[in-house]
Amino acid sequence: MFRLLCLLASLLLIPAASQAQESFEATAAPLAGSFTAQAEAVERLGALGDPRALPLLQALAEGRLQKQADGTLLIAQNGAVREALSGAPAAGPGEVVRINNRVRAALRGALGRLQLMSPEEAVRAAAAEGLFRSRSAENIPLLEQALARETVPAVGRRMEMALAAARLMSGDVATRRAGIATLGASSSAEARGLLLEARAAGAETADGIDAAIAAIDGRLKLRQMAETAFQGLSLGSILLLAALGLAVTFGVMGVINMAHGEMVMLGAYTTVMVQEALRGIPWLAAWSLPLSVPAAFLVTAAVGVALERGLIRHLYGRPLETLLMTFGVGMILQQAVRLIFGAQNREVVSPAWMQGTLTLPGDVTVTQNRLWIILFALVVLGLTVAAIRFTRFGLEMRAVVQNRRIAATMGIRTGRVDAMTFAFGSGIAGMAGVAVSQIDNVSPNLGTGYIIDSFMVVVFGGVGSLAGTMIGAFTLGLVNKMLEPWAGAVLAKIAVLVGIMLFIQRRPKGLFALRGRAAEQ
Amino acid sequence: MSATTAHPPVRTALRPGLVLRGLLLGGLAILALLPVLNQLPQDSALHVSDFVVAVSGKWICYAILALAIDLAWGYAGILSLGHGAFFALGGYAMGMHLMRLIGPRGVYGHPVLPDFMVFLGWTELPWYWWGFQHFPFALLMALAVPGLLAGLVGWLAFRSRITGVYLSIITQAMTYALMLAFFRNDMGFGGNNGFTDFKELLGMPLNTSGARAALFYAALLALGAALLLCRHIARSKLGRVLVAVRDAESRLRFLGYDTTAVKLSVFVLSAMIAGLAGALYVPLVGIINPGEFSPGNSIEAVVWVAVGGRGTLVGALLGAFSVNALKTWLTSFAPDLWLFVLGGLFVAVTLLLPRGLAGLFRREEGR
Amino acid sequence: MTVRFPVSRRALLGAAAGALAMPAIRPALAQGSGPIKVGVLHSLSGTMAISETALRDTVLMMVEDQNRKGGVLGRKLEAVVVDPASNWPLFAEKARELLQVHKVDVTFGCWTSVSRKSVLPVFEELNGLLFYPVQYEGEEQSKNVFYTGAAPNQQAIPAVEYLMSEDGGGARRIALLGTDYVYPRTTNRILRAFLNSKGIADADILEEYTPFGHSDWQGIVSRVKQFASQGKKTAIVSTINGDANVPFYRELGNQGIKAEDIPSVAFSVGEEELAGIDTKPLVGHLAAWNYFMSVDSPVNTEFKKMWASYIKNPKRVTNDPMEATYTGFRMWTQAVGQAKTTAVDAVRSAMYGQKVEAPCGYTEQMFENHHLSKPVMIGEIMENGQFNVVYKTPTAIKAENWSPFIPENANRAKAG
Repeated sequence: MFRLLCLLASLLLIPAASQAQESFEATAAPLAGSFTAQAEAVERLGALGDPRALPLLQALAEGRLQKQADGTLLIAQNGAVREALSGAPAAGPGEVVRINNRVRAALRGALGRLQLMSPEEAVRAAAAEGLFRSRSAENIPLLEQALARETVPAVGRRMEMALAAARLMSGDVATRRAGIATLGASSSAEARGLLLEARAAGAETADGIDAAIAAIDGRLKLRQMAETAFQGLSLGSILLLAALGLAVTFGVMGVINMAHGEMVMLGAYTTVMVQEALRGIPWLAAWSLPLSVPAAFLVTAAVGVALERGLIRHLYGRPLETLLMTFGVGMILQQAVRLIFGAQNREVVSPAWMQGTLTLPGDVTVTQNRLWIILFALVVLGLTVAAIRFTRFGLEMRAVVQNRRIAATMGIRTGRVDAMTFAFGSGIAGMAGVAVSQIDNVSPNLGTGYIIDSFMVVVFGGVGSLAGTMIGAFTLGLVNKMLEPWAGAVLAKIAVLVGIMLFIQRRPKGLFALRGRAAEQ
Repeated sequence: MSATTAHPPVRTALRPGLVLRGLLLGGLAILALLPVLNQLPQDSALHVSDFVVAVSGKWICYAILALAIDLAWGYAGILSLGHGAFFALGGYAMGMHLMRLIGPRGVYGHPVLPDFMVFLGWTELPWYWWGFQHFPFALLMALAVPGLLAGLVGWLAFRSRITGVYLSIITQAMTYALMLAFFRNDMGFGGNNGFTDFKELLGMPLNTSGARAALFYAALLALGAALLLCRHIARSKLGRVLVAVRDAESRLRFLGYDTTAVKLSVFVLSAMIAGLAGALYVPLVGIINPGEFSPGNSIEAVVWVAVGGRGTLVGALLGAFSVNALKTWLTSFAPDLWLFVLGGLFVAVTLLLPRGLAGLFRREEGR
Repeated sequence: MTVRFPVSRRALLGAAAGALAMPAIRPALAQGSGPIKVGVLHSLSGTMAISETALRDTVLMMVEDQNRKGGVLGRKLEAVVVDPASNWPLFAEKARELLQVHKVDVTFGCWTSVSRKSVLPVFEELNGLLFYPVQYEGEEQSKNVFYTGAAPNQQAIPAVEYLMSEDGGGARRIALLGTDYVYPRTTNRILRAFLNSKGIADADILEEYTPFGHSDWQGIVSRVKQFASQGKKTAIVSTINGDANVPFYRELGNQGIKAEDIPSVAFSVGEEELAGIDTKPLVGHLAAWNYFMSVDSPVNTEFKKMWASYIKNPKRVTNDPMEATYTGFRMWTQAVGQAKTTAVDAVRSAMYGQKVEAPCGYTEQMFENHHLSKPVMIGEIMENGQFNVVYKTPTAIKAENWSPFIPENANRAKAG
């Protein structure tokens, strides 16, 4: 409040009659003031068309604008601080000028105006997006001009949308109708919002708006179905990753590993470690996530070997005892991680190529990180199948599963195969941890959230069948996501669990039952 | 599960077992004395605090749960990882009774509705809360609801010959689904907060040493009754059939036994005992919440039995008391490290003592 | 396979018997001499360890600090730490153990409402003293508990008022997202009544609940986007609990929901929760608390310095419940000094009217309703994971632990 008063006082002191030079400075001065004053100044600077406004506003948006006690604005760039208006080197750094959402919204519009003619395609696209959101009839001529010059079709489409949004604000009914027609041809939820807002504002174009909204709604419905399907596939891919390791250790070896979730957790922590180790090496740091995949595999596989050789091998043939023992192992692993890394969440930075959304045809937007995880899950599945089908290790593993004694008489070192199989399953869980670190908390409790779902997927799909695990995972993911809008997240999950229980009693061996001798065990 | 799976024999080598039995009876006698010692003056060397009485009352309830699990697992070979759910359902039934008894003494002074319903804006009592103001009805429900659920799940599972690990996973899914359901506030069971702040039971104000002693003896009595019942079953013909089901179910079926009915009846009985344990547990600890349904709790209860020695009733009791005593002590003595000790114990016992602590008292036998 | 167990039976039995008898064998400590015992009842394992371990550390830090200053009443303080392991019945058991076995003079503890509800009867029966440092749903007041976190009127309502103001974006449509437990349910009930009183119809309010630790937010975030496409400025009010926040914010960032378009304000997200997230896509989203680490005040500078030198990890942050623990602890030492005893009844009377310069930069006072007066602050998430305070009340606000927006409170029997 006090600051606002000071600002008002300083505004009053500025001579009312001013030249262009003073006018720019006077317009810029409130940037050091209250949020309200800032927002108004940003809007005026955007409308002024003065090229000096651009670096000033960019600095404000990026948190590089500073102020001195007397209100002098400074811009920090590449470690040097200069006075914003004169460009002279500043005596020392000032206090960073903070903004709020209102100023941020104003900045988006102002920067959009100033950057619409930028030579860079990405900047123009962002500018058009900013103008679409800030929408003002004053932008119509500017947008028309920019659209006429635009050569990149994708940017041009954004400009058309921005122009339509601006036209919607026009006082002229014909112009408004043109805007409505363009927006109505899109399938964007934002456009729908704008149209509804315009409908509330004036009645003359209500019929046109209603038709446009009906058209959008039809397309939105299709789009939402596609997006729900994607969400289901995404959930399914997480389930698949989490369950795949279990499908190997449980499905192939018959070992119930209650510490499986902790293996996933260890994989996620390996991701954190790799990221922190590579932080000092800039050219490698960008690759920390892909590098985490083999690292996580090796770490968890090593833990798996230790677990199998040290403990589990003593309990073969007694799956229930294994279950209880690995429960104890899980407790120990969890507390060990908690004591070493702390109970708090650890930060995992997503690489740029995993952030944001990707727009598919029909305006279907999918999030990049989930898209990558789906692909990753399929690749891991492919590698697992390949390892079992086409490698010597896979051959020996299948031999041991089918008949341990005969495999042993054929010269296969069954103990070694057991250890490697368990290591393999644990390693896959570790790789799942890398993916999970991108969407969930990295905390010591991470594993507990995945263990039951993983068991459900394996049992539902059919123990011992990787194809069953895959189909099971995606089916459960899709069903869950399709139920969710009706039933809510909790009931959907309960329904899926009950569904699996009923399904299992109809088909005790799951979707893909193994036949023959192996199935009897 | 295959017929080759090794299970310890049920009743062999009774002579070293006598030590164990003596220990059991001695332990129960000491337990029975605790509330009396509690009444001694504070500075007496033999005085035990309310805390000891309360905490051992809790262990007694856990011991009953362990008995129930042992009956199903140790004797009939049904490893349920969902017994925590039966325990919790029994607890909820008793909790509902205790909530109804609060009556107008809640903070909002509503004559019927519990506080959590009032401040969530509920206007009338849901139908499934009817009748719980009567103690016999609540007690009946504490036994019947777990029994019915076990009957349903067991019927579905045993009929399709789901055994071993599959059964374990299905029962685990059952308790997990129930946990999610009870966490929902819309269910009308108080959501995550569950039920607390009970006032009285059978006209007796809770939160007094006298009430705690009475509840303690009720639990001890129930433990004794459950022990006798299980012992009777174990020694009867049914007990032998159960062991046969455990060790060679197919063979028994070929001999003409209806193994489904046998398993189902023991599973239902086991669930009802677990429900009774839960019903006694809630007034003793003063809270019931959906956390009791968490799959980890059920597994832990199974581990007590494994630690004590399954297939022996004494073992179940020994396991429940020793693990819980250790846990109570360690969570204060070594709050950062107790999970290591407990986890290590589970690993060591399954690895080194396949017959649990009780096995230490029995003559070594080859497989 | 049978392996001989190397430990003798007797040793094992001895250990079991020892564990059973342990609580019974204790030195008979006369009250009034020896160290003053401070119980610490925070989960160190299980789901709540993530939040509560920092509070355990805060209490230990305060005890150490107070001992350096010579303790209280000339006696040293001694912390008794137990682990209730995020298990609610265990909370009650441990509370009884602290009071009856360890004979603590005061306890600092609990985070979730259910843990507080679980220990409440124990503290009332044994006339103990509990300091509860977390913001909660209100509707409670026990003579044995001092609540040093915020009541709904000290957090939720001012935050929503801000969202509806011009500075906050003038929201007219509100999505209430929460974890399905009592705090969000009650808070949202209060908020709905408040919004209705401000002329926002029920059609403009979306209420969604998710289970604890919910990690798949795709569907709900899409639904919020859809909800926002109705032509009115939309905002999100989040009462999502601890663990579920990281995946929620990641989904928000990835689906491109910018704070300028759909701002969200959270009541359970502080510096500690943000430590696990890359905050760049979240800049501008809001949180409402009574303290932020970025607050510029002399007491806060001292508090942060003390924490940094105690925890010896430059990455560890301070947050609101830690500040509430600090304030409660200071207030307790003042009250004990004034009462010249640690006896609960005397300390309770001395607590009323006690004032402390809190790290939030305001003087907070304990009122007879057992709640603190607190300032309300709204902070925007910055790129470095800290908060930029964009609004704060000019003075500390008195707590309304019985909300006037819950109609049943009108006919509530006067609480003791």
